[in-house]
Order: sequence, then C-alpha cells, then structure tokens
Amino acid sequence: MQHTIPTGETGPCGEKMAEAVAACVHCGFCLPTCPTYQQLGEEMDSPRGRIFLMKEVLEGGLPVDAAAPYIDRCLGCLSCATACPSGVAYGELITSYRTRAENVRRRTFSQKLLRKLILKTLPYPGRFHLAATGGRLVRPIARLLPRQLATMLALIPGSFPRKEPLPECMPAKGKRRGRVALLAGCAQQVLAPQINVATLRVLAENGIEVVVPRDQGCCGALAAHTGAGKEARAAAKHNINVFPRDVDAIITNAAGCGSGLHEYPLWLAGEPEQEAAGHFAARTVDICQYLHDVGFRPPPPLTTPLPVAYHDACHLAHAQGVRSAPRALLESIGNVQLCELADAEICCGSAGSYSIEQPEIALQLGERKARAIIATGAQMVVTGNIGCLMQIESHLKRLSHPIPILHTIQLIDRAYRAEG
Amino acid sequence: MHDPFLQALGGIVPEERLLLGQAELLPYESDGLTAFRAKPRAVVLAESAEEVIQIVKTCHAHDVPFLARGSGTSLSGGSVPVEDGVVIALNRMNNILDYCPIFRSMVIEPGVITAQVTQRASEDGLYYAPDPSSGPVCTVGGNVAFNSGGAHCLKYGMTSNHILALKVVLPDGEVTTFGTASLEGVGPDLTGMFVGSEGLFGIALEITVRLLPVAETFYTVIAAYDTLERAGKAVAMLVASGLLPGAIEIMDRLVMEAAHAAVGVEYPSRAEAVLIVELEGPTEEVAEEKVQLQQILKESGAFEINPAKNEQERLMIWKGRKSAFSAAGRLSPDFIVQDGVVPRSRLGEALVEIQKISNKYNIRVANVFHAGDGNLHPLILYDGRQAGLYERAEECATEIMRLCIALGGSITGEHGVGLEKLVFLKEMYGPEDTLFMHRIRDAVDSARLANRGKMLASAEAPALFSHGLHPLEKQGIIFRN
Ligand SMILES: Cc1cc2nc3c(=O)[nH]c(=O)nc-3n(C[C@H](O)[C@H](O)[C@H](O)COP(=O)(O)OP(=O)(O)OC[C@H]3O[C@@H](n4cnc5c(N)ncnc54)[C@H](O)[C@@H]3O)c2cc1C
Ligand code: SF4
Ligand code: SF4
Repeated sequence: MQHTIPTGETGPCGEKMAEAVAACVHCGFCLPTCPTYQQLGEEMDSPRGRIFLMKEVLEGGLPVDAAAPYIDRCLGCLSCATACPSGVAYGELITSYRTRAENVRRRTFSQKLLRKLILKTLPYPGRFHLAATGGRLVRPIARLLPRQLATMLALIPGSFPRKEPLPECMPAKGKRRGRVALLAGCAQQVLAPQINVATLRVLAENGIEVVVPRDQGCCGALAAHTGAGKEARAAAKHNINVFPRDVDAIITNAAGCGSGLHEYPLWLAGEPEQEAAGHFAARTVDICQYLHDVGFRPPPPLTTPLPVAYHDACHLAHAQGVRSAPRALLESIGNVQLCELADAEICCGSAGSYSIEQPEIALQLGERKARAIIATGAQMVVTGNIGCLMQIESHLKRLSHPIPILHTIQLIDRAYRAEG
Repeated sequence: MHDPFLQALGGIVPEERLLLGQAELLPYESDGLTAFRAKPRAVVLAESAEEVIQIVKTCHAHDVPFLARGSGTSLSGGSVPVEDGVVIALNRMNNILDYCPIFRSMVIEPGVITAQVTQRASEDGLYYAPDPSSGPVCTVGGNVAFNSGGAHCLKYGMTSNHILALKVVLPDGEVTTFGTASLEGVGPDLTGMFVGSEGLFGIALEITVRLLPVAETFYTVIAAYDTLERAGKAVAMLVASGLLPGAIEIMDRLVMEAAHAAVGVEYPSRAEAVLIVELEGPTEEVAEEKVQLQQILKESGAFEINPAKNEQERLMIWKGRKSAFSAAGRLSPDFIVQDGVVPRSRLGEALVEIQKISNKYNIRVANVFHAGDGNLHPLILYDGRQAGLYERAEECATEIMRLCIALGGSITGEHGVGLEKLVFLKEMYGPEDTLFMHRIRDAVDSARLANRGKMLASAEAPALFSHGLHPLEKQGIIFRN
C-alpha cells in the first residue's frame, strides 16, 4: 500500500519498515491465521490492521500511545508472515517499530517496573534463579500484586532442576563429521538444563564436535521483541565477538533464541558490525535442521509404539521456516507415531514474555493448544522451544491431562540411550 | 458522549464493542483495496442479529448512513465506510445455526467464513460450491452482497445459485425473509434480487446455503502455451467442444512468477501462459472426458500438458492460482485489479487488445482469470511513488473496461461495482435501465442509508478515474490514499 513514511527520519530501519508497509496489499489473507484476530475479532488486532496503525504512526498521523494497546497485543508469532502471499516482512516491521516506539511512548509506573523486572532477570541465569526463588516465597501474597506480576509468579515452577554445568568442548563419537558452537540459552539453562545436555549427546552421537563458548550471553531476543533496542544491540555485539568463527554452524535449540540470532543484521542495521552480523546469522541453524542437513543417524526403534504430538514453535516454523526437519528426525525413529495438531500454525500463547504481559490472551491460546494436543490421544508432546514447553506443560496440567512434554532433542537422546 | 445518536448505539452494545477512537477506526477505513478510504463515525462489533436490527433501526431514526462489513476483502471499494456513517462489523457473527446433511443445506450467520462452510460439510461428503480465491478469508455475507464467484462457478454457477433463503433487515429496520429452504420457490425471486445488491437492500442476518456432494474424481491439468493468445483460443475450442469442465483458468508469465515466489508452485519453464483445466464427476465419465480433453489441448497448440499426479499436486495447483492477487504485491508496489467479462469466443482477441493497451501506456499488465466464463482479471502494475504513474495506470484500466463493454461483455464478473466502477454502470446500461435500478432502490430504501454512495451513487456520477476528483471526493465523502 502507498505510504508517506519519512524513511530518512525513522532510524536505521526506516527503509525496512517502509518496504514492509509497501508490500502489504491489504488483501486480508493473514486474518484467519492471526491468533489475536481469531480471539478478539477486530481489525486493530489483525496483522493488516497493525500494519495500517504502524504506518499511520510512522507517517506522523497517529500518536504512538493510541496504537500501543494493539501493537502490544501482537504475539510476534509471525503466523501472518507465513500466510502472506505478498511476502510482507512483518517480523522486521514489528521489531523495528517496537524499538522505535519505545523511545517515545508513555508507560505507567507499574508497566515500567514490570518491564524492568523482565529485562533485568529473565536474560540472566543467575538472577533468574535468585528472583524465582524469591518469587516462590512471595507467592502466598500474590493476590495483592498487580495482575501481571501475579501471572509471572504463577509461571515459576515449584522446584528447579539441578544445575548442569556444560563442558567447554564435547568431542564427537567416532569419526568427526563436523564442528559446531552451541548457544546455551539463558532461561533454558535454569528451567531445563537437560535440554542442552541432550543436545550435546545427540550431536556427539552424530559425529559432531561441539564447543560451548564460556563468555556467551543472552541472545537479546527478549529485549528486541519488547522494543529495548539498546540492550538487544549490546547482546548481539557481544555474541558476535565471543562465538568462534572456525565452526561449521552456530546451533540453537531454543526457537526464540534461534530466530533472535537470525535477526542480528536487522538489529545492527547501520552499525559497524552489520556485516559481521550477516555472516553470524547465516551460520546460525536450529539443531533439528542441522542434524537433518548433515545426514541424521537414526537411533534404534523404541521398544513400544508411542504416539507423539509435535508442536510447531512459532519461532521455529514461522520465523525460521523449520517444519519438516524435526518431523523427519522423529519419524526416523521406529515406533514413534507422529500426530498432527489441529490449527498447528496457531501460537500456544507463550511468545517470550507475552504470557506475562498479556495474560488473558496467553491463557486462552494455551488452553486451546492443550485441548488440541489432548484431542490427538498422544502420550507425549515434543517441541523445539523452552517457552512453548513450559506454557503447554502448565496448561495440560490445568486441564488434568499431564501428558509428558520434552524437547524434540530429548526424545531423540532417550532413543539413543535406550540402546546402551 | 453528547451525541444522542452515539448514545443510542451505546445502549445497544457494551462500550468495548462501540469503537470511536482514531486508532480503532483507522483500520476500518478501507477494504481489500487501499486506493479508497473514508472515515466512519463509529464501528459497531455486532454479536447477534437482534443487535444488528436495533442498530439499523437507530440509524434509520437518526438518518445516519450505515454499511455492513464482513472481512473487508472487497476489491471494488464495496466495504469502504460511508464518510461519517456507521460500520456494522459482522465478522463475530460466525455461528452455524443449523446443518442438515440430508437436505443438503446449512443455515449460517453472515460472518461465517466461506471456506468454513465446506470444512463443516466435508465430513458428510458435501461442499459449498462457490469458491472465490478469498474463500479462507471472506464471509458468506460479503459473498451474498457481491454474488461472488470462483474458478468452479463455470460448472455450478455463482453465489446466487447456492443461496436458498435469507433473513434480512431492510434499511428501515424491518425484518423479512426471502426464499425457502427448498430449491423450488414460489413467486418472484426476491432472494435473487438481494444477492448481488452490494448491501444496498439491507443486511443479511441468516443465510441458508445449498450444499452439493463432492465429485467422485478430479482430473486437473496444467497446459503450457507459448503465447497468451493461444491459451485464450484454446478456451474457445474447449467450450465449443461441448465439454463442461469444473474450471478453466488462465495465468500468464508474470502471474506465474508471482505465484511461484508466493507458494513455490513450479510452472513449465518456457510457458508464456498456462491453462488450468479441471474435470470432475463420476470416475467413468472423467476417464472418458480426459481423453477428449487431451486431444483438444494438443490441437490447440499446448507444448506441455501436465496432469496433477495426486491430490497434493492438485491442491498445489489451486493454491498457486488462488494466491495470485495478493502475490502480485511481489511484482509491483502498487496495482489495480480489474474485473471485466468478455464473451468466451472473443477471449483471444481481448487478450491481444489488452496487450496493445499495455504497450500504449507503457504499463505492465499481468493476466489471471476465470477463462471458462470469460471473466478477466487484468492486474495493472504501477509504482505509485513515481509521479503520474497512478493516473496512467487508471487510464489503462479504464481503457480495458471500455474494451470489455465494446466486445459485448460486462464491467464486473464478481468483484462488484462498489465505488470503483460507478461510472461504467452508466456506460453499460442506458439511462432507462439506470433509472429503473434507482426506482427499485428507492422503493426499498428511500432515505438511501444502506451503503450510500456505492453502486448506484447517482445517475450522473462521473468517472472516479481520469477525470480529476470524484464528486464524492469533492464533498469529502471519500478520499484517496
Ligand atoms: C486476494 C483476493 C482474492 C479475491 N478473489 C475473489 C474471487 O475469486 N471471486 C470473487 O467473487 N471475489 C473475490 N475477491 C473479492 C472479495 O473477496 C469478495 O467480494 C467477497 O465476497 C467479499 O467478502 P467480505 O466478507 O470480505 O465482504 P466485505 O468486503 O466486508 O463487504 C463486501 C460488501 O458486502 C457487503 N456486506 C457484507 N456483509 C453483508 C451482509 N451480511 N449483508 C449485506 N451486505 C453485506 C458490504 O457492505 C460490502 O458492500 C477477492 C478479494 C481478494 C482480496
Ligand atoms: S496477507 Fe500480507 S499483503 Fe495481505 S493484508 Fe496481510 S500482510 Fe497485507
Ligand atoms: S505476529 Fe502473530 S499475533 Fe502478531 S499480527 Fe502476526 S499473526 Fe497476529
């Protein structure tokens, strides 16, 4: 659609945002796949509605704060980008827009506090652990806290798994076929350190040597998707520096982090590191895709048939286009019976810190996803993202169907280990 | 809220469903075409027929124009608000009220998405035949208003052939029912009058649709041609042969490129145009027709004929075809979708002429259309950021429309008159016909509140394109982006 966005005055990503707006032909093909449009049934909460609102704000015809409630409700799930025949780069638009809008918008004190809390704890494993333990202590008075803080507390698991220190280097088993570096992910290290351990073992099993750079930090995605551009850029620059260059690939096993790494060139647009960010992003690949591409060595079959529901994490399926690789890996394991979910392309409502900031919608989506899983009759759920994993687990429990849930790589790891 | 009208609306729906703020109204300013925009006074998110009736009555009492909105995918400005009027959004009214597989009918609310009707009926081997490309998005209410069609309407007819009955609220708030649940109606066909009336006769509240059994077998081929004209002539040969395929579609080189980029369908590499033909029916019948079809395609000069090998390939062919309009966004930052009809026997001729017009204006025109019923959809590609190109594209579009009329065709096959084609309606019909239409409209809506300014704006409405500002623009009723 036509626009008069002053690209020169809208920051380093002005051109990118304008391109996305121009590519949108307002056809509405994105409406049926947008979770917020499905739930709320109003144009402002649809992808094309949001594009329209962002355009108006960027053009100067609408105050940032007027559009904010609708932009904030966007999950960033990118289901719309998959559905869009016109190739609108919605992800680039919303991320750049949020960063830009954050500088000018007004937030209430409690909104600011919550934001600070999220940005200052979740990305730091140590602080997160500490805050979560503290959070458990105040849970009895949760009723007295702002609604969103209460939601945040409710998400904290009752107990944390033991910390699992990762080796700096994990050698390949047998003949070495490749060498990669692993991004460990911050929330994941606290909430489910077993996922990284399983990743290392599966890679080794496939003849891949893994290095885990000691100084790596948070990927920055959480910051970027809530508009904290400065923090995101700092995170990106740091990781570009500390990750080795002499590896075949940078492996991610949390979809949210993986899609974040792919966005580094966007975050660093106009910075001296932009080119390096491009190379970095080009080498970043999800664990399942990597295994599939190098030639996966299937583990022995499970001893008994197991119906498994695979949940497409949005940041894997929509943001990185990884859909068939995880399914192919799982199907190569004998006795795994893959179940497809109804409305598989719809977000589970986890979406980074979304479940904390927009608890009502997150709740509805979580419940809907859990029901779709239960309907398949699956005895196990697997997915490629820690956020989805926690969200789905809690909703399955709420519906009294505590079906076990694992990361895809954990199920694969189990299959290898059953062997010997 | 001091405005007594808004206060009255506030008494019908809760606050959160009465949208008044700038950010809330902006996204409702245009439909599937952003060339036209207008600011509504309010948007009401209706959730029941009763609410809609009350809203219409209130509008009538306060003399405020209104317009129904489904999914807002109209391509002719049909769901652009009336300036300062009310938009009644029906997308939340999406319940299936009654489904009777034995009688092959379904009663639905107007906001039900077209594709969902088939989805629901498919468990009983039934489907809803009209298949606009926007099927997964648009509402049946919108289809009724525009008498929408799709690729498969060649064999089964447009929306009007599949609507059995309607419960509607007339523009003065009176509620009435047209038609019955059976195919054999008695008396004048008022359902037929309402379907295609572009929202001018009121709002459909309940729609009874007819369902058909799914065909036993499909046979879908892509035939490649080295010129667009040849593909056009092949259609005339097919029609003349007496074969009645379910669908005959044409896509040209540009459209194939866009569809390939959008959904990854592969097309024969040297093709300037492809014909998609789908046979459907009982297995024995299709087996026989298949031979005849291949024969005709060969004679027509197709240099490659690729049948879909399985259901997945068949769906992919249709996915490519149906993504074509939106995918055109990949070819050009801006485009106008035209919707005209020419007699099928003159398709080849029309295509040659369109190419000439395209060359004359030096504007690229991509072609994708329902060839079987002569329904053209030229996509006129331009870059609105370059001075003067929008005007040139409009002139080009206008000339193509005039070509359709000159060849003995029509100015719209399915997208409707809306705002876009007001001027051509007068060119196509003489003054007497136009006057007659106005008389019918006035009999139903003397205050002209329903969708004011569309389709039958005023008998002397001059061109929206090429003659400077439209009078509605001058009055500030509509404005362009
Ligand atoms: C990519 C794309 C492809 C398309 N392909 C096709 C195609 O193949 N064939 C085709 O025919 N069209 C096609 N269209 C046009 C459009 O989808 C149809 O006209 C469709 O019927 C509009 O439905 P809607 O729900 O979006 O209605 P809207 O755009 O919301 O409204 C259209 C008109 O219907 C009126 N209306 C809506 N609901 C009601 C009701 N309940 N009672 C009375 N009036 C009502 C509105 O006032 C308006 O005038 C396409 C559009 C797009 C964007
Ligand atoms: S599908 Fe793409 S082009 Fe169409 S309205 Fe949505 S974002 Fe815009
Ligand atoms: S990213 Fe997800 S929530 Fe946001 S507009 Fe797109 S589909 Fe809707």
